[in-house]
Amino acid sequence: MGDGQGAIWDADGAFVVIELSSVHHSALRQHGEETYPHECCGVLLGHAAEALNRVEAVVRAGNTRTDSAHNRYNIAPQELVRIQREARESGLDIVGFYHSHPDHPAQWSVTDLAEAHWMGCSYVITSVERGVAQQTNSFRLTGEGEDDKKFKDEEVRVVSAAAS
Amino acid sequence: MKIHIPTPLRPYADKQATVTVEASTVGQALEALTSTHPELKKHLYSDGGKLRAFVNIYLNDEDIRYLAAKEATPVKESDSLTIIPSIAGGRPSISPRGKRG
Repeated sequence: MGDGQGAIWDADGAFVVIELSSVHHSALRQHGEETYPHECCGVLLGHAAEALNRVEAVVRAGNTRTDSAHNRYNIAPQELVRIQREARESGLDIVGFYHSHPDHPAQWSVTDLAEAHWMGCSYVITSVERGVAQQTNSFRLTGEGEDDKKFKDEEVRVVSAAAS
Repeated sequence: MKIHIPTPLRPYADKQATVTVEASTVGQALEALTSTHPELKKHLYSDGGKLRAFVNIYLNDEDIRYLAAKEATPVKESDSLTIIPSIAGGRPSISPRGKRG
């Protein structure tokens, strides 16, 4: 829910949601606790739609930024190629990514936007303070391309595992 | 051969996840892809015609940037190309020295 103000409606009334089970929600938060004080990262697989990205699987990825893992993440393209192939074989698409912000709010940074290129995908960020996961927010990358891309606050809808 | 299109670029490839092209080299395959779907071009290449830095293209499991023959590398019908934009980011640096995050 972004900054907690509920600002998920933009000027044209568009509304975006990422839906994931409580199991998946816990899994990506726990990943951030395990890698603390380094950033964790991973890929969200599921079904994409304009308003709703539904997550069906959470795949952990390695952070290649061992030079600066406390404040940077990067997923090796080779690993992404493999994850995308496995997703395709299971009938799923890449619908988003997640990473953690150790001892920093769950808000996107200038670096996050500059290095985000997957339009329509959800970028989930969990703040991890002193090793404990706090807020988990999601931002949808919108726009036609590099020139007009922006992050839009996205509702994180956690559904019970049994219902998913 | 098959070319796998990542989710953000599918709107520019008639919403297809995979495009099949006839080609004998990597370069020909990409040429065939962008001539059938010209809108993809500006998302893959900069104005100077260079592959954008954040766009990775893999021939099977190898980055085409690191292939000895680059785009002239021959391809077989059973090979596949995967287009994969990079995934990176991070929180702002807390350094007071003004280093941007």
